[in-house]
Amino acid sequence: MENDLGLWAIPIAIVGGAIRVSTPFLFVSLGEVLTERSGRINLGLEGTLVFGAMSGYAVAYQTGSPWAGVLAAAFAGAIFGLVHGVLCSIPKVNDIAIGIAMMLLGMGLAYFFGKPYIQPVAPDLPSFPLGWWSDLPQVQAALRINVLFILGIALAFALWWMFRATRVGLVIRVVGDSTDAARAMGLRPSVVRTFATAAGGAFAGIGGAYLSLYYPGSWNEGISSGQGLMAVALVIFARWNPIACFGASLLFGGAGALGPALQSVGVSEGYYLYYAAPYVLTLFVLIAISSKSQAITGAPGELSITK
Amino acid sequence: MKSVSSTKGAIGVETLHMTMRFGAFTALDDVSVRIEPGSFHALLGENGAGKSTLVKCIMGFYHATSGEMLIDGHEAKVPDPRAAHALGLGMVYQHFTLVPSLTAAENLVISREDAPAVIDWRKESARLEDFMTRMPFRVPLDRPVRALAAGEKQKLEILKQLYLGRRFLILDEPTSVLTPDEADEVLGHVRGLCEAGAITVLMISHKFREVEAYADEVTVLRRGKLVGQGPVADLSRAEMARMMMGDAKLAEPAPRAGIPGPIILSAMGVRAKDRSGLKEIALERLEVRGGEIVGLAGISGNGQVELMELLTGQRPHYAGSIEVKGAPFEATRSEARVLGVRYLPEEPLHNACAPRMSVVENIGFRTFDLNGSGSRFWLKPGDMRRRAGELVEAFRVKTASLDSPISSLSGGNVQRAVLARELTGAVDLLIVANPCFGLDFTAVAEIRARIMSARNGGAAVLLISEDLDEIMELADRVLVMSEGAISYDRPVGEVAIGEIGQRMAGHH
Repeated sequence: MENDLGLWAIPIAIVGGAIRVSTPFLFVSLGEVLTERSGRINLGLEGTLVFGAMSGYAVAYQTGSPWAGVLAAAFAGAIFGLVHGVLCSIPKVNDIAIGIAMMLLGMGLAYFFGKPYIQPVAPDLPSFPLGWWSDLPQVQAALRINVLFILGIALAFALWWMFRATRVGLVIRVVGDSTDAARAMGLRPSVVRTFATAAGGAFAGIGGAYLSLYYPGSWNEGISSGQGLMAVALVIFARWNPIACFGASLLFGGAGALGPALQSVGVSEGYYLYYAAPYVLTLFVLIAISSKSQAITGAPGELSITK
Repeated sequence: MKSVSSTKGAIGVETLHMTMRFGAFTALDDVSVRIEPGSFHALLGENGAGKSTLVKCIMGFYHATSGEMLIDGHEAKVPDPRAAHALGLGMVYQHFTLVPSLTAAENLVISREDAPAVIDWRKESARLEDFMTRMPFRVPLDRPVRALAAGEKQKLEILKQLYLGRRFLILDEPTSVLTPDEADEVLGHVRGLCEAGAITVLMISHKFREVEAYADEVTVLRRGKLVGQGPVADLSRAEMARMMMGDAKLAEPAPRAGIPGPIILSAMGVRAKDRSGLKEIALERLEVRGGEIVGLAGISGNGQVELMELLTGQRPHYAGSIEVKGAPFEATRSEARVLGVRYLPEEPLHNACAPRMSVVENIGFRTFDLNGSGSRFWLKPGDMRRRAGELVEAFRVKTASLDSPISSLSGGNVQRAVLARELTGAVDLLIVANPCFGLDFTAVAEIRARIMSARNGGAAVLLISEDLDEIMELADRVLVMSEGAISYDRPVGEVAIGEIGQRMAGHH
């Protein structure tokens, strides 16, 4: 058979899967990097992701434009981030508890408003066929690159540049590293953090729109498989560096693609075990980078999980 | 860049009859101070004397209830710190306000009011280099501040103020985290800038040595009132101390009695990781005998915290042995009880108390479950209360009630309450870290007297302290810890301060 690649199909499927699956990881983790660099942790991004998927799908269906859906998802995400940011600005309110509450709220609202959109079909986001040079349909499928994937890479580099060479970026790092220093400088840490959380929420919303508008490309209640939560581990793994987030997203995406890739070559034994790869990877990453006797390097000083 | 303007020269500040009330409490009472342009002015006083209130009024953090301020000879209103900055006033805080993960260059640029939205690092670096060449001292610009030594950080704080064009600097205990050598270097440069007419300095300090060596004039506050003022040259150390304390009596240090007994604590060849996990704590030999105080000097961050954690069983070691009275010691509760090991860690409210539990409960931590030599299941609240009452009385802990949460007590009283708990019963080994940090004269004298009497009672005492004066006063033997190792060991009579300073700074 001409298209039978044998075991080569596995790496190709994993690469393709990594590119497809990594985009939501990338957006959520960039949102989380932005939030955490400002000194707060937003565990609610899983809820934001799911709500973004729902609202993006709904708006894309109603307007017929997937880009309107992406904008709507970003807007909804920003609102969620804003609510988280404002609530956490109240003294003695814990960002982790609010995050979990926002996660449940986001998912609950998405299921509630999303019921009528499970059946209809919304337009997909466009993608570039970068595999045109190959005759192999597997390679062509693997290298269909979505616009949002490219936007995500650009965003990662933009954030990296922002943290290094812009006033806004330095202000976020100052606030995230030392509240006292920020106050002495005349900055208002809670305002900076609220805006950073809102922007981070918008990124997570876009990640959600990718889920419902491209891959898997439909809206249902099980659309996210915990990407929003795994992104938090991913951010720690990437040491709060946006560019490293891109690499880590590919790694997690590849792990997520392991199950389908093996299935595609006919390995069906231990099928669910391979599907658990990203979760196992999350566990191992957290164990590998943890230490009883030392603090994590590169962590923003004001972050409640590393204090 | 308009903010770099150290050429404009020093400005003077004068307060006239400044009074600050918080409700019924008068924190500052009719204080008039004149600080001449280009002078180095010291502000002395005990905790709560009103020093910080005065400088906060000057900097616009507080608005004085009454009184006026002249800046550069003109009456000035300072509604907030931003306005103070605009007038050329700047403050270096006791704790660093640099951002640890940013480089020195990033810290300087972002602290500017007019920091550009997009930073052209090539241009900014050139400007910073140019600025540095005009300064009497420099710090590496491209390393994260976290990697700088304390002295370099303090220099950078001062450079930052100059970079921002401040011409009147308030320094709040600027040398509390520096070695004597670093302190001399930094203050020497600051003094040089004053003499050159670039800045005026108002320094809050507790250290007479520094006031005498560097300040032109001194103002002394006590309980919010101005109690003394004048050129430093005209005042003796005793006079300044008397002004600060009024007629308060200090607890006399207990005289030393007895001779060192057998070895109680011994740590041999202990190896452990430090907090960052990158460096090693290596204790070749640490021995403390009964009836002696061993003082361990060193700048914070050189392994003292880790040593305390090793001795309290909070940090595992992978080589060597820690023994108390010849028995291996892993700091379990029962070992500590049987061997008579007691601790007074630094920041006792967080490290030795359950802050929201009551004074009674906190004082009972060592004994609440004891029933003679066995243990008990049901507590005896009546006994606990009576015992706590006795100890509160004996150690003069000031608390609103025995049932108040211990976090509602002042720092000195938390320290007294913990000492009351730790010094009761059989104490063979007492391990103390920075016991007097942030306490006022009276509390300091009392706590030092308690430590000395524990020593005289035959206990072995390991005193880990960043305060060299404290070590010289209390210790029988002085060790220096630097970069995770003990690099100096002398009886206190043979100690040369200069040598200790060098060892603390890591010169071997």
